[in-house]
Amino acid sequence: MSKIKEAFSDKKAFIPFITCGDPDLETTKKCVIEMVKNGASIIELGIPFSDPTAEGPVIQEANMRALSAGTTTDKIFDMVVELRKEVSIPLAFMTYANVVYSYGSERFIKKCSEIGMDGLILPDVPYEEKEEFSEICEKYEIDLISLIAPTSNDRIAKIAGDAKGFLYIVSSLGVTGMRSEINTDLESMVALVRENSDIPCAIGFGISKPEQAAKMAAISDGAIIGSAIVKIVAEYGKDAPEHVGEFVRSVREALDR
Amino acid sequence: MSNSNGRFGVHGGQYIPETLMNAVLELEAAYNRYKDDPEFNKELNTLFNEYANRPSRLYFAEKMTKDLGGAKIYLKREDLNHTGAHKINNVLGQALLAKKMGKTRLIAETGAGQHGVATATAAALMGMECVVFMGEEDTIRQALNVYRMRLLGAEVIPVKTGTATLKDAVSEAMREWTSRISDTHYCLGSVMGPHPFPTIVRDFQAVISKEIKEQIMEKEGRLPDAVLACVGGGSNAIGTFYHFIEDESVKLIGCEAAGRGIDGFETAATINTGRIGIFHGMKSYFCQDEYGQIAPVYSISAGLDYPGIGPEHAYLHDIGRAEYVPVTDEEAVCAFEYLSKTEGIIPAIESAHAVAHAMKIAPTMSKDQIMVITISGRGDKDCAAIARYRGENINE
Repeated sequence: MSKIKEAFSDKKAFIPFITCGDPDLETTKKCVIEMVKNGASIIELGIPFSDPTAEGPVIQEANMRALSAGTTTDKIFDMVVELRKEVSIPLAFMTYANVVYSYGSERFIKKCSEIGMDGLILPDVPYEEKEEFSEICEKYEIDLISLIAPTSNDRIAKIAGDAKGFLYIVSSLGVTGMRSEINTDLESMVALVRENSDIPCAIGFGISKPEQAAKMAAISDGAIIGSAIVKIVAEYGKDAPEHVGEFVRSVREALDR
Repeated sequence: MSNSNGRFGVHGGQYIPETLMNAVLELEAAYNRYKDDPEFNKELNTLFNEYANRPSRLYFAEKMTKDLGGAKIYLKREDLNHTGAHKINNVLGQALLAKKMGKTRLIAETGAGQHGVATATAAALMGMECVVFMGEEDTIRQALNVYRMRLLGAEVIPVKTGTATLKDAVSEAMREWTSRISDTHYCLGSVMGPHPFPTIVRDFQAVISKEIKEQIMEKEGRLPDAVLACVGGGSNAIGTFYHFIEDESVKLIGCEAAGRGIDGFETAATINTGRIGIFHGMKSYFCQDEYGQIAPVYSISAGLDYPGIGPEHAYLHDIGRAEYVPVTDEEAVCAFEYLSKTEGIIPAIESAHAVAHAMKIAPTMSKDQIMVITISGRGDKDCAAIARYRGENINE
């Protein structure tokens, strides 16, 4: 079984996201270590992209800050090599198709495998386009994570049937970012997935508070939080790691309650 | 040339978030349902002819021909269309389609503002709501068009992210579409984005080459030797090329915005300086750095200031069927002035890129050869900016 899938086996998974290189890679590394210490199950490492079309303002700005600071894909690979000396939980890159394609898809994915990454999330690669990446991912044992959205309807069965690692359930229409309410009928979406696959499901987009995360995890197998963490990093800069750690602990506790 | 996934060779495809997939599939189904529907086409043709002033003229530029001393030059006058550019062709088609699909709201991106104005116009005509995303930088360069859109009842949202130009307006329109799909159609302005947009927009713009072919056969009794058009995303160019693709004797020439030159970074000449990548829903050529970060492109022309090119152009380049040449700001401005003085036609600064290349190659062609330049839009909107370029500060 993949390490990512395994991370869902004993309790509800908490999957925090962080944009690499915001404000610098040293801070990112420390934040990741704090996340692990405080109970993260899997971590999504965002490789910044100049034009992140699926992101709301909070993560867009983090991408800009990271790129302005000189963050590159190769420097992020180096950071992961360092991280792997200290953390063993599954790690997944989240980035856009062009970052992978332009690096050379096979070269990128092979490198992921060599440095100990476990998964890859490409929000602009839907089911119809995944083959050119998934075949290489399979070769190097990297889980290419699939997403389903509130608009997926009749597509859920085939997407879930093919999913690797876990299935990322997009909670709401629109881009990433914090929302006060999530009104999608997520229970029905999860039920449809369950009919077609034993893949674990985690819900993301719009979750910012521990209670909200607990609610989402209760109807699925886990919760993903991005913008709320990126916002903490934006606020505290180099001092962010301890604050990120505290936040992760509060979510972990809510999920375990 | 395109298969069901909308591929043009390796280019094209549907690289978009899952949230939008059913929306593009729904659009594709609706398009396939209506594209050959006689009733739909009758309605669209009526709009083209009665409202948009089609067919547009194919004008023999006699003075320019004599002055350059080579090929016989014809101008395809898309600038004479209602709203002053070729953009109306695509917009009327998409707005009509959206209406058939039961959509009540159009959103669009715009660079120079021509597509935004055209979309706002169609929305007003058909009683639909309209929101236009425009880079903040462009709202300043093209303030008059912002006023025009608001006058037509559209809401204009200045986009401040990234480089605050056309690419950011496209990203923002895509984000908006992701958040509101059920009543909203994204009226994409060029032959780019995810399938089926490159095909739909091409088909609606193909009226340009369909007319050129009929008009030139009537006037000259033969096909032209070359057709030229400016290329940003590439909608007026593909419209100009489309019905000539099978006619191997007709050279297809796309004129890219080289900005301050293709040796530097201040350029938007995608085919000449970019490499293959995946962005804004499609695989094609893009200006980007070694890590795939999209480059902040530059051109004096807001309408050509885009880091990518439509997938069908990328394919026509790959197979060598069309040629894509760089034209600098300075060359385009000279052509803008030249056409104004020589023929009494003020072209859009975008179209002036095609005129500039024609000025280079017409003298090298023989007098019995024929070239057609598509004047994609009128240049009134550019006068203040060109005056500024020449060091003259005038109030708009």
